[in-house]
Amino acid sequence: MIKHESIETNAALLVILTLIVVSIGGLVEIVPLFYIDDTVEDVEGVRPYTALELRGRDIYQREGCYLCHSQMIRPFRDELLRYGHYSLAAESQYDHPFQWGSKRTGPDLARVGGKYSNAWHVAHLNNPRDVVPQSIMPNYPWLLQTDLDYSDIQERMRALKRTGVPYSETQQEYDANVAEFGAAAADQLDILHAEENLMHQALTEDYDGQRGRITEMDALVAYLQVLGTMVDFSKYDEGYFADFR
Amino acid sequence: MGQAGTGSIQQYNYDIIKKFAVMALVWGLLGMATGVYIASELAWPFLNFDIPQITFGRLRPVHTTLVIFGFGGSALFATSYYVVQRTCQTRLYSDWMAVFTFWGWQAAVALGAVSYMFGYTQSREYAEFEWPIDLIILVTWVVYFTLYIQTIRRRSQPHIYVANWFYIAFILVIALLHIFNNLAVPVGLFSMKSYSLFSGVQDAMTQWWYGHNAVGFFLTAAFLGMMYYFVPKQAGRPVYSYRLSIVHFWALAFLYMWVGAHHLHWTALPDWTSTLAATFSIMLLLPSWGGMINGIMTLSGAWEKLRTDPIMLFLITSLSFYGMSTFEGPLMSLKSVNALSHYTDWTIGHVHSGALGWVAMVTFGSFYHMVPRLYDTRIYSTRLIYLHFWLATIGIVLYITSMWVAGIVQGLMLRSFDDYGNLSYTFVESVAFLHKPYVWRALGGLFFVSGVAVMVFNMFMTIRRSRSEAAELEARIAAKMARA
Repeated sequence: MIKHESIETNAALLVILTLIVVSIGGLVEIVPLFYIDDTVEDVEGVRPYTALELRGRDIYQREGCYLCHSQMIRPFRDELLRYGHYSLAAESQYDHPFQWGSKRTGPDLARVGGKYSNAWHVAHLNNPRDVVPQSIMPNYPWLLQTDLDYSDIQERMRALKRTGVPYSETQQEYDANVAEFGAAAADQLDILHAEENLMHQALTEDYDGQRGRITEMDALVAYLQVLGTMVDFSKYDEGYFADFR
Repeated sequence: MGQAGTGSIQQYNYDIIKKFAVMALVWGLLGMATGVYIASELAWPFLNFDIPQITFGRLRPVHTTLVIFGFGGSALFATSYYVVQRTCQTRLYSDWMAVFTFWGWQAAVALGAVSYMFGYTQSREYAEFEWPIDLIILVTWVVYFTLYIQTIRRRSQPHIYVANWFYIAFILVIALLHIFNNLAVPVGLFSMKSYSLFSGVQDAMTQWWYGHNAVGFFLTAAFLGMMYYFVPKQAGRPVYSYRLSIVHFWALAFLYMWVGAHHLHWTALPDWTSTLAATFSIMLLLPSWGGMINGIMTLSGAWEKLRTDPIMLFLITSLSFYGMSTFEGPLMSLKSVNALSHYTDWTIGHVHSGALGWVAMVTFGSFYHMVPRLYDTRIYSTRLIYLHFWLATIGIVLYITSMWVAGIVQGLMLRSFDDYGNLSYTFVESVAFLHKPYVWRALGGLFFVSGVAVMVFNMFMTIRRSRSEAAELEARIAAKMARA
């Protein structure tokens, strides 16, 4: 048995022992999450974001939305009634970084997609109190006024590709995406056509109601409208997801 | 312990400590004022003024960064340099390295705050710095570690004093956390934007492993280091139990690193991970209270100092808040309690009972002890220390009680069902309820920040007086020389 005196008289030993002691917890809790298959559920439908949704997500981060809105529904009855089915790990598997949040000053947004119309979101983001009188959310009028900058959309998608998101650049990668997500989704994940895809989605869907113009509002609403809509829960038994917990 | 006289410029590098101490006060005032402002934005949303840079979502990381890294960080640099020199009875290993850590750290804090206001953030709580700033921090931290260890290796004592163990653990763990939680792929060499390497569940686990250990080692272990020097010094008594300090040091260092996942109860994180974290959170109560008991009992036999010494009042109150929040923490890490408290203001209240009650109060006490010694003078006004103490204490009590009310009532409202099995309240009804607690919270913050303003004034006058004393002394010497 070593005496503590030998540690507290030897700086190198103190440093090494401290490093060992503090490393164990993280190693045991984090590393297995990358290797245990059951950590992320096996479900169909979850795909990476389209170019426009991705830019919307960037804006969501930029404005610090995650500080007041969670994207993680817990398996409680009140949350089921209020927000919908509890969130799956699979649903944020392409989220770099995750946006689960830690505080609900506003409601959870994990399944906000499709709940309100585009026009509602535009009005709400522009001045929340126009549609929800008691709201304490800030106004975001600049979203409607600022043209979306998508000059570096390819670089953004390439950076995400490097982290493991299956955006495609080669024919081989594209074919793999067709097999995995279907042809329509695979087209959207093609880095080389990112600008065209982004413009096409924004102009045809016209989220912000300003025809012919692509604003930050288009991107943010496109992102909000896709949240929680990718998994078709009617395809699965409730017990199926519980097995992964 | 160091017996060297104060102001021995040749023996110790006090200049760097003064720099960091002044910046701690500047960031503290600024960061806490920002806190009051964003608290007011939640109570009165018109305060966002439709100006992107000052909306809540962009200012909140400015507040947390300025208080944690600006105020807390600078205070830790200052006190760690003071403690390591005094307890090792040696001068800092290198003056230029010390100055390097000063500018590196201040640059990171300032650039971070400005970059959030302009929308550059990794959106990882307390790790919002984008990648170029992360690199500045990394280099600064490597220099800090080298400087600290080299100084310890030059010690003229065989033993490394307990305060230094805690500072060393803090430096090591922050390096570990900073590196792994900030692994990211930049969009380009000239782009501030990056995407984190991990995603979803693994990313969440890494972030909260970081997030809670930033609390555990930045805001706890390091400030325990501060406590282990300044409490015995101010009390004029040795640490209560040497054995307890050994046991609680190793237990704290080991257990803390397991508990981060209690921020992810009931999420898509696998149950085994969050159950482990909850278990270790309960165990963590023991070493936490070990530290509190060791600190408070150091005063045993000299309790009357609480009546006569406002600095002691700060230090002992800080330990009491440390004890309270490290009891509340394990309680909130229980899954059943967390089901109610998570996502609510209870968490915010808990953080502030630790951050204001423990971290800030122990820093104030230590600074009131240290700054006059750095400038070789006495404090300008003891009565102003008392005033600061009461402003701070009233502020904390208002803050945490309003957040308890806000969090618990909102939690209960959201899970309440009526007789027909429908939800009793819409979400926005709970928001409407929060208005009054938010007003009280802002008021509490205002009390606390005005206490800091009093401290800044007191410190400013202390430093100014030391300058005039020095000038007077010089003039007298000059006069004597002229006569001779």
